[in-house]
Amino acid sequence: MKKPARVFSEVIKHLFKKPATCGYPFEKAHIYPNFRGRIAFESDKCIGCQMCVRVCPAKAIEIPLSAEQPAAPAPVEGQPPVAAKKKFDCIMKLDHCVYCAQCVEVCPKKALIMTQDFELASVDKKQLRRHYK
Amino acid sequence: MSKITIPLGPQHPALKEPENFMLVLEGEQITGATVNLGYNHRGMEKAAENRTYIQNLYLIERVCGICSHSHTTTYITNVEELAKCETPKRALAIRTLFAELERVHSHLLWLGVAGYEMGFETLFMYTWRDREQVLDCLEMLSGNRVHYSINTIGGVRRDISAEQKAGVIKRIDYLIERTNYYIKLALEEPTVAARTANVGKLPPEVAIERGAVGPTARASGIARDVRKDEPYLIYNELDFKLITHNTNDVFGRLVVRALELVESYKMIKEVLNNLPEGPIAVKVPMRIAPGECVNHYEAPRGEDIHYLKANGTDKPERLKVRAPTLANLQSVAYMMEGGWLADVPLVIAAIDPCMSCTDRAVVWDPKKGRKQVYGWEELRKLSIEQYKRRGVDFTRL
Ligand code: SF4
Ligand code: SF4
Repeated sequence: MKKPARVFSEVIKHLFKKPATCGYPFEKAHIYPNFRGRIAFESDKCIGCQMCVRVCPAKAIEIPLSAEQPAAPAPVEGQPPVAAKKKFDCIMKLDHCVYCAQCVEVCPKKALIMTQDFELASVDKKQLRRHYK
Repeated sequence: MSKITIPLGPQHPALKEPENFMLVLEGEQITGATVNLGYNHRGMEKAAENRTYIQNLYLIERVCGICSHSHTTTYITNVEELAKCETPKRALAIRTLFAELERVHSHLLWLGVAGYEMGFETLFMYTWRDREQVLDCLEMLSGNRVHYSINTIGGVRRDISAEQKAGVIKRIDYLIERTNYYIKLALEEPTVAARTANVGKLPPEVAIERGAVGPTARASGIARDVRKDEPYLIYNELDFKLITHNTNDVFGRLVVRALELVESYKMIKEVLNNLPEGPIAVKVPMRIAPGECVNHYEAPRGEDIHYLKANGTDKPERLKVRAPTLANLQSVAYMMEGGWLADVPLVIAAIDPCMSCTDRAVVWDPKKGRKQVYGWEELRKLSIEQYKRRGVDFTRL
């Protein structure tokens, strides 16, 4: 059965409803806990295995040796000297990263952390290359 | 009346993606149409050969924004088959859940686009608002709205909690109510019928001859659906109807998609209520044993085929993607012929085209520095020769 203007009553009803859109950026956007945002790095946990670099599909992550290395622990009398733990930095190219979090999943030491940070756009290209120390 | 040929696209307000259609017009009527591909070629298959299987997951996901789960699932089924890996049941169920959520999101998107092309923008606004509900479900479960990245080799990456399940079911209930309203609207509103009935006719014989797939074929009365014909994931355990329609036009395609939505809701609930217990992933070695594999999958737009050749390293030797839109484009040329110029956007939109999936047959000859796009006749000739060398004769086909 054909009824012209079948949608009319629905349209009228919608006039009195709240808008379906949210007022971002004036209102905060709702983020689910599973969300994959910017990847953060904890240098003291990293062992420099480069697993994250190898799995990254976008070549967005680099793990170079830090410029300043911690001194070796003071030698204990009667024991062989212990080598200093190497320290690593992390360079994240936010413009390359596709936020898949594969690096977080593969890291054996949980040195990479997924944050909920998503407002990463910038007009300054330097801002897109984060150097975590 | 004299004939003129006009190009539609690659840049045209009616097209969402760059593609070119050459239309031969006699007045307002179309007497011939050819489709020219190649404006969206990104070299993904070649790129896949330089990446490991794990990295490829995220590349293949980006073949298409809307069928991202379809492409990865087909790819991963190939990889898992070659690696002889036993994917846990729970992982398969979660993949099925995502596949159906994706179908819901794609079909609702299409309903909106179709409304827009018909000039029924109210429908466009409402369906796209409701589509947010299913995108919320996907975001809640996987973390992302579009590229869910839920698949990993050997299983899935994220489990589903009881709380998430309740959230999805709540949203699906809302969508069921809305979809029933849209179905009623589509059947009763004279504007919809006037704009879509008898537009873009595709008789069943032609649909078979031109290899139409998915809702386009089903709207011509052809009961063809990979989920029924050769069940993958856990589709053989699910209870759903294969929807067909026999009007062979855009209206039929609309009805098929709308009714498929209802089936998808049913399946989503069924999967969620019967999630098998157990692990969600198993470990698979980085290197995959040499071999070849082909798999197909019912994407929202039709049958998606992936071919994968492994050579024993951690990178594939060859990957080939046959996206559903490529299969349907042959039918589009037929559907446009004899129709009116004003119907072209609607007819093209009716197969739910996804050009970014489709564009991948361009040949680059580095020695001569020449680029050549192969036409249908040449490709046919080449493939017949290729098979002759293997001892199969396809000349008569
Ligand atoms: S999130 Fe993905 S793309 Fe980004 S650095 Fe990690 S692995 Fe690379
Ligand atoms: S995988 Fe983890 S431990 Fe290894 S280099 Fe990367 S951040 Fe460091």
